Amino acid sequence: MSSSILIKNGTIVDPSQSLEAQRDLLVRDGRVAAIEPAIHEDGIEIYDAAGLIVAPGFIDLHVHLREPGFEYKETIESGARAAIAGGFTSICCMPNTQPINDNSSVTSFILEQASKARAANVHPLGAITVGSKGEQLAEIGEMKRAGIVAVSDDGRPVVDSGMMRHAMEYAADFDLPVVDHCEDCCGADGWAMHEGEYSALMGLKGLPGAAEDLHVARDIMLAEITGARIHIAHISTERSVDLVRQAKRRGLAVTCEVAPHHFTLSDKDLFESGYDTNFKMAPPLRSQTDLAAILEGLRDGTIDAIATDHAPHHANEKMREFDHAPNGIVGLETAVSLTFDRLFHRGLISLSRMVDLLSCGPARIFGLDRGSLRIGAVADITLCDPHRRVVIDASRFQSKSRNTPFNGWELQGAPVAAFVAGRLPAA
Amino acid sequence: MPLKRKDLLGIADLTPEEIVLILDTAETFRDVNRRRIKKVPTLRGKTVINLFFEASTRTRTSFEIAAKRLSADAVNISASTSSVVKGETLTDTALNLQAMAPDAIVIRHGSSGAPHQIARILDASVINAGDGAHEHPTQALLDAMTIRQSKQRFAGLKVAILGDILHSRVARSNAHLLSKLGAHVVFAGPRTLLPFGLEKRITSAEGSVRFASSVEEAITDADVVMMLRIQLERQSGGFFPSLREYSIHYGLTRRRLSLARPDAIVMHPGPINRGVEIDSDVADGSFSLILDQVANGVAVRMAVLYLLAGGE
Repeated sequence: MSSSILIKNGTIVDPSQSLEAQRDLLVRDGRVAAIEPAIHEDGIEIYDAAGLIVAPGFIDLHVHLREPGFEYKETIESGARAAIAGGFTSICCMPNTQPINDNSSVTSFILEQASKARAANVHPLGAITVGSKGEQLAEIGEMKRAGIVAVSDDGRPVVDSGMMRHAMEYAADFDLPVVDHCEDCCGADGWAMHEGEYSALMGLKGLPGAAEDLHVARDIMLAEITGARIHIAHISTERSVDLVRQAKRRGLAVTCEVAPHHFTLSDKDLFESGYDTNFKMAPPLRSQTDLAAILEGLRDGTIDAIATDHAPHHANEKMREFDHAPNGIVGLETAVSLTFDRLFHRGLISLSRMVDLLSCGPARIFGLDRGSLRIGAVADITLCDPHRRVVIDASRFQSKSRNTPFNGWELQGAPVAAFVAGRLPAA
Repeated sequence: MPLKRKDLLGIADLTPEEIVLILDTAETFRDVNRRRIKKVPTLRGKTVINLFFEASTRTRTSFEIAAKRLSADAVNISASTSSVVKGETLTDTALNLQAMAPDAIVIRHGSSGAPHQIARILDASVINAGDGAHEHPTQALLDAMTIRQSKQRFAGLKVAILGDILHSRVARSNAHLLSKLGAHVVFAGPRTLLPFGLEKRITSAEGSVRFASSVEEAITDADVVMMLRIQLERQSGGFFPSLREYSIHYGLTRRRLSLARPDAIVMHPGPINRGVEIDSDVADGSFSLILDQVANGVAVRMAVLYLLAGGE
């Protein structure tokens, strides 16, 4: 297929140019060439998008691709294909591989593998500290030259406030945001779920919401004295959403993302699952009060992005006892349908806000040259059918892993196609 | 009339009628246990596997005796560690046992929910003999049997459960059971070991569950005082400073027990730490039913095995 195509009869939803209308979109040589009510062009491939939404390609700021080191869970290729299947044209991968992406050679390896995969664009994040041990800054400048878009010690939060301050200052020198997994452990080492009524009932060790709030509060204060850009990963509590809301009011460069499972499920669902390890992740499924606050943050604009925290684990690993099973679920191939079903169809957000959360917002946060269908922009385009009913079938995922709590769910709204620079990657 | 369920995973799932059925059945087996020949042919040809991932003497022996007195073939497996250490997943362990076609599997595991995870896979009846800090249903049933023998009722009783509630599956199962049957359960202990919020998730029309502000308040006018074993490892976990301080401030002494009703009974799931959570003269007093609990344990487990695995 050439990288020129005419997408006809679709409804373009592009908040970057305040556009929501039926238009034809012409892609030439991988870039957006024209957007008009009706384009007639001979000798070009035509994609009929009647009834579909045509949006700037969706961007997932938070995935775990497991390569190098854990290829039995996911490879860069399988993850990038899962992204395309789920409607994401760009994904940003966390550095907690083996070895950890804490130096430019690992960064380069990831980008090479991604380019061979010929699927979604892959943007690596680099570690903040060597080995994500929180002791010594990683070579952030060199990793930036190799292609990282942000830094994070995801899953291994930087405990030392002084180190975090220096990381923010140093990352700001390279215009990189610091992505913050907020989990001050509060004496809850070995936690298995959110601390609350249900952890009390189930006899599982709980992690209080305050463990996240403490860390968010600390890092907002550090952002204030450093002037750095920080991005709170997978926000999950009422108080943390409120802290970000206040920080934004004060004009700080603080952004945050939420994972689909945190706007869909609560610890009550975990309880009702009967110790299903596919309901175990970090941060844990929170209370129904937290869930309501997350929905409000999505509605009122406090939350900037939807990111999956796609965390593949092999089936064997999830067959363990609940407290021994690893944290995390796959998300790339369920996120868009969950967003339509839980947020758009329930009247919480508009289509335009939805595209902002999945594309424009993420592009702004990591400074990616994406998230817009302006003339001349790279033609990363996601097509969705907001009304298609789908039943989630994990056995058909492109991802190598199947660890999802949403298997069998019937949802309304689905991704239909994802063009990368005007091409449809082979599924 | 057998129970209309495959498994006994917890008291939370049981109706009051099912609980009373088990208790009534256990009373008939208690008579069997007092005969000269303590064996009935009820479960002849059935296989019961005792799968214990955690050390246990009392519960394992009690289940084994129960199975044998019902003429079942009882096999004990001491796995002693979790699947992670063993290198075999819990699911695979379950599937291997399934292949041997047992009729019932009695499982004790240090991880909350492990019996629920394997019950989904197995055709055999799964009986929870204690999972993590979650439930220990047969303990609560034998406790209820002991209380009923002494008080002839549950409605309106005040039952104080004292000590490490946070890590106690016995406390949870008892709270479910006693409140379902109309008793008022009051928890007390060091604040570090109280799982606040639990009371909101245990609801029953008749009874109630609450946290008291002190051990003394919990004991005052209690009909039943149930002490929980305090684990030494909680001291290093930072939950309390020392066993000495624990026994002074939270232990059951004669002086504290005098706050209870004059006819109050004292219970303990064992094994007891004499001089720590319970003074010896309390544990050995005439109001102490600790050994009755052990005797009732065999009868309750016979009843559960019979009601779950005894059908055609």
